[in-house]
Amino acid sequence: MIKKTGYILLSLAIVLILTMVISSCVGAVPISFSELMSIIAYHTGLSGQQHFESQQAAVFLNLRLPRVVLGVLIGAALGISGAAIQGLFRNPLAEPGLIGISSGATLFAVVMIVLETKIFKELTGVLGFYALSIAAFIGAGLTTMVVYRIAMRNGKTIITTLLLGGIAINAMAGAFTGLLTYMATDAQLRNITFWSLGSLGGASWPTVSALLPFVLIPVIGLPFLAKSLNALALGEAQAMHMGVNVKVVKILVIGLATMAVGASVAVAGMIAFIGLIIPHILRMMFTADHRLVIPGSALLGAALLTLADLIARTVVAPAELPIGILTAMIGAPVFIYIIISERNKSNP
Amino acid sequence: MIKVRELSFKVGEKKLLDGLSFDAHPGELLAILGANGAGKSTLMKLLCREMRPSSGTITINDKALMDYRLEDLAKTRAVLSQHNTLSVSFQVSELVLMGRYPHFKQKPTEEDFRIVREAMEETGITHLASRDYNTLSGGEQQRVQLARVIAQIYDSPNACLFLDEPTNGLDLLYQQQIMELARKLADRGYCVVCILHDINFASRFADRIMMLKQGKKVAEGLPIEVINCENIHETFSIKVKLMACEGYNCPLVVPATILK
Repeated sequence: MIKKTGYILLSLAIVLILTMVISSCVGAVPISFSELMSIIAYHTGLSGQQHFESQQAAVFLNLRLPRVVLGVLIGAALGISGAAIQGLFRNPLAEPGLIGISSGATLFAVVMIVLETKIFKELTGVLGFYALSIAAFIGAGLTTMVVYRIAMRNGKTIITTLLLGGIAINAMAGAFTGLLTYMATDAQLRNITFWSLGSLGGASWPTVSALLPFVLIPVIGLPFLAKSLNALALGEAQAMHMGVNVKVVKILVIGLATMAVGASVAVAGMIAFIGLIIPHILRMMFTADHRLVIPGSALLGAALLTLADLIARTVVAPAELPIGILTAMIGAPVFIYIIISERNKSNP
Repeated sequence: MIKVRELSFKVGEKKLLDGLSFDAHPGELLAILGANGAGKSTLMKLLCREMRPSSGTITINDKALMDYRLEDLAKTRAVLSQHNTLSVSFQVSELVLMGRYPHFKQKPTEEDFRIVREAMEETGITHLASRDYNTLSGGEQQRVQLARVIAQIYDSPNACLFLDEPTNGLDLLYQQQIMELARKLADRGYCVVCILHDINFASRFADRIMMLKQGKKVAEGLPIEVINCENIHETFSIKVKLMACEGYNCPLVVPATILK
């Protein structure tokens, strides 16, 4: 079983690398595979020869590569946090977007931008690029705690309560965000619209480096909690009987998952459904074992979002489709499918 | 070896358990009987450390329950709870392997896999190993859970096993199988504490029986000592008749005819 998990993860990593290569090659300035390899070899000092045009290298290094890397980071963040949140809530329908975590993060980010509060200015002074990510992280963390409180009862999530709580929080955060748009300047307004639709258009090396730690820490940390999440699937009491410190696991999962969601919302806005469908695909194809689903969701999420971004930026070129629209168009039907199959499972 | 002394648990002013003391020994199956609300489940939760007692002490193998690290406790006692629903479905062998979680960090060893195989053999679920847990019948699911619990303490000879109404909702064959397994585990040296509803099952399989009423002990002892009309009437508020049964030294309990 462990060996099989290793092979599956390896294959997923290969899929991810392939999508990264394809995504790097396709675009307004086409780059062939051999040209791409030459650019990489030249710039890493492996080869002194230049088998590419300098414009291709400039596009690749300054535009396309940061964008691909950003897609990978955000896809990984959304995939892995979706898988972890589903494990924690003991429900395959829990998703950061659906249960209001993303909109909580959005609200905090928008508040920071529009109100240009003194604290935020000071935060930016101290933390630079990280300030917005941290604000979104706090927003995500607070909403997760509220939703968790609303939905948990006797160690079980009540799914209707969870989703209704999500609707309520989404509505509330939406209302406040809407209110803020009235106070926003034109430039701020454009930023807010970008949030509600989601886009990787803001990709640059500074945004990538601002996001990197917020994704790396959860991606490295969450797989260590996979065993505990498996035990939690049996129930909180049962997990405790098996030696799992449920309280600590809860805090760690919420902390790490909201860190990933918060930061990716801060950088790319609301990108829906990735966290829902990626773990579901893995569970359906292989196993529900979190030792596969957690790291696998990071890899597959990264691959899928990179691919979705490739489509988003090429399908209506030279214009660009907000990626959130695309993921919702793919994700919503899958969501409906999951609901129907869950329903059939409970009343055969 | 479990020692319980002056154990009380209060919710507000209401005492769910009231100064309960008893011992459970290695190699012994102790059955706990009582009406609904007698405090059986509360006792089980306190024994499992799901809740803290209001007063009194519990020690397992001469160490206070609260002094155990959770991981060490998991190697010292295993629990089969009443409700075992899975939020996402697992393969049977994966689920049984969860019993080994306290014993390995990230990767299970060959020893862990061997124990999983043996626990599955013992509970007669080897043929179900690659099945999806959620597609099994209630009786099969219960045996899978029991295999998981056995795997957890398989290599800890002094361990305790807590079974909370393990035969609930099962048909007669499965009830019998589960109780025979519990018996076998006690014979192997484990200290087994089992909440039961069926008095005859208790007297047939248990070494000792403890009867609870309103958080207090009504009777405790060998089945033959405690199974009598008075104790049962005291515990369950019902009138019963005892019938001698060939091959058993403890009489069968049957409801008495209702006299109008």
